[in-house]
Amino acid sequence: MFERGSLIPYLTAGDPSVEKTLEFLLAVEEFAGLIELGIPFSDPMADGKTIQESHYRALRNGFKLEDTFRILREFRRHSSTPVILMTYYNPVFRTGVRRFLGEAKASGADGILVVDLPVSHAGEFLDIASEEGIKTVFLAAPNTPDERLREIDKASTGFVYLISLYGTTGARDRLPETAFEFVRRARKICNNKLAVGFGVSRREQVEELLRAGADGVVVGSALIELISRSENPVEELRKKVAELSGYSKAL
Amino acid sequence: MDDMFFGRFGGQFVPETLVEPLRELEKAYKKFKDDPEFNEALEYYLRNWAGRPTPLYYAERLSKKLGGAKIYLKREDLLHGGAHKTNNGIGQALLAKFMGKERLIAETGAGQHGVATAMAGALLGMKVDVYMGAEDVERQKMNVFRMGLLGARVIPVESGSRTLKDAINEALRDWVATFEYSHYLIGSVVGPYPYPVIVRDFQSVIGREAREQILEAEGTLPDAVVACVGGGSNAMGIFYPFVNDKVRLIGVEAGGKGLETGLHAASLNAGELGVFHGMLSYFLQNEEGQITPTHSVSAGLDYPGVGPEHAYLKDSGRAEYVTVTDEEALRAFHELSRTEGILPALESAHAVAYAMKIAPEMDKDEIIIVNLSGRGDKDLDIVRRVGNV
Repeated sequence: MFERGSLIPYLTAGDPSVEKTLEFLLAVEEFAGLIELGIPFSDPMADGKTIQESHYRALRNGFKLEDTFRILREFRRHSSTPVILMTYYNPVFRTGVRRFLGEAKASGADGILVVDLPVSHAGEFLDIASEEGIKTVFLAAPNTPDERLREIDKASTGFVYLISLYGTTGARDRLPETAFEFVRRARKICNNKLAVGFGVSRREQVEELLRAGADGVVVGSALIELISRSENPVEELRKKVAELSGYSKAL
Repeated sequence: MDDMFFGRFGGQFVPETLVEPLRELEKAYKKFKDDPEFNEALEYYLRNWAGRPTPLYYAERLSKKLGGAKIYLKREDLLHGGAHKTNNGIGQALLAKFMGKERLIAETGAGQHGVATAMAGALLGMKVDVYMGAEDVERQKMNVFRMGLLGARVIPVESGSRTLKDAINEALRDWVATFEYSHYLIGSVVGPYPYPVIVRDFQSVIGREAREQILEAEGTLPDAVVACVGGGSNAMGIFYPFVNDKVRLIGVEAGGKGLETGLHAASLNAGELGVFHGMLSYFLQNEEGQITPTHSVSAGLDYPGVGPEHAYLKDSGRAEYVTVTDEEALRAFHELSRTEGILPALESAHAVAYAMKIAPEMDKDEIIIVNLSGRGDKDLDIVRRVGNV
């Protein structure tokens, strides 16, 4: 789904508005190998403070699921950068898996990651995703044993998303050594491309993870934080993503 | 895989990092639940520290006044700590100790489960951190103080609706980072498998005792067992040993200001199927799957979901689920206080209120057991504020 060495920015749909999200997507797409678009949820329990606040802001501003698809359709008129949706299961379940995946695909989503749907419970979901032609991405964690890592790899048709640490999303000063050990272990077991996320906020960390064997690195909270504080978020976001992707350094 | 579900309900819908800790917990529980040393310790503490068995009391004045069925009260309000929550608190804390964990994490709404965990943590020498919605911290100051006295740290949760569901979110966030040395001690029959099973098993002591006690007192099984349902732990605990008997099982949900107002916490009566907090069950949510705020005069019932086994008992028709409004619960609170000299928790007052509704329509030789899950001391401020109804 993406080139080796890719930066994968995460943005929350509708934070702070549909129009702004679209501007953000267009600002980052040229530096991104793939974009993760998060769907706001009332109770984002795998996320740290920064992304929780981002979800709440979107919901307070009247976000509806349909806005995700609107953003995607509009984005597709300007860019072919792959996009995966990142969501909690309940909005998908409530909408109906087939209807949700069908609309996602029709709007231009390439794949989907459901945070709280483990592979063991994804049987029907996998069948429908395959029928609708949308790629699946599953999470793996440092405590995932080899045997289940193989199942996760098999169920994932897009890539495997490695969680770098024990905890929720959110920028950390340093990544633990276990993150790098995990990337090396997953490299040996998985056939899919590997993206690593949680805790990353600086170019050095991106480089370290790529050296350890990651194909792509996800940055979320650091970008959301910047957007929420900046007076000129589109420009600053573009600069930050360029820097994280290694583009500005190469210049 | 199949033991994870009650029919189609339950399961383990969690982020990948929690799959392994849940598997470790399941393995440990299966090992220790039949372990003689574990059970000896649990029984010792339940009897000598917590005060089991609790009495089954014939509420004669209330029954006669209503003029119908005989109402018996299972007196969990007399349990150490003042509510049934202690059964699960000591059970899981002991399990965590046997697993080699050093720290307990808990969520709490009204504070009863937080207190139960704090008591068990103090007893077993474990560190306790309790997450509590900032709004509940305000509403339940006395229980916050009690937890502090017992050596626990109470962490106010400012996110979301600042109530019980947010406290669970925050406890899960903690656990995902600290599971190596912490046990998440969930307070109700909710959450991902194996929690609904573990909590039900530790609470089933209520039903086992009640069944024996009623056979001894009346020589027959009751016609109905009535209990309030928020997450559903006291109800599951008293229902479970009666599931294979010819006994009506009636769960009473918080009707708040009335179902038609939308201000309630009745997920079985007014919720929709969903997946949240690790389980497939009924939830109060909007048409987009966003979880919606709840209302009940009793903080302990103020939760937008319900344990998966209740969802199963409802769908299979084995149990009935009804609602009682804030006002009816308050009326029952006063009635029981004046007629029997017992101040019930507002949660339990919901069960009392429903028993008061059906008793007059039943024969004098019929029997209702009400699970009086907690005592009302914690609610005095609220009752004083609301006044007489």
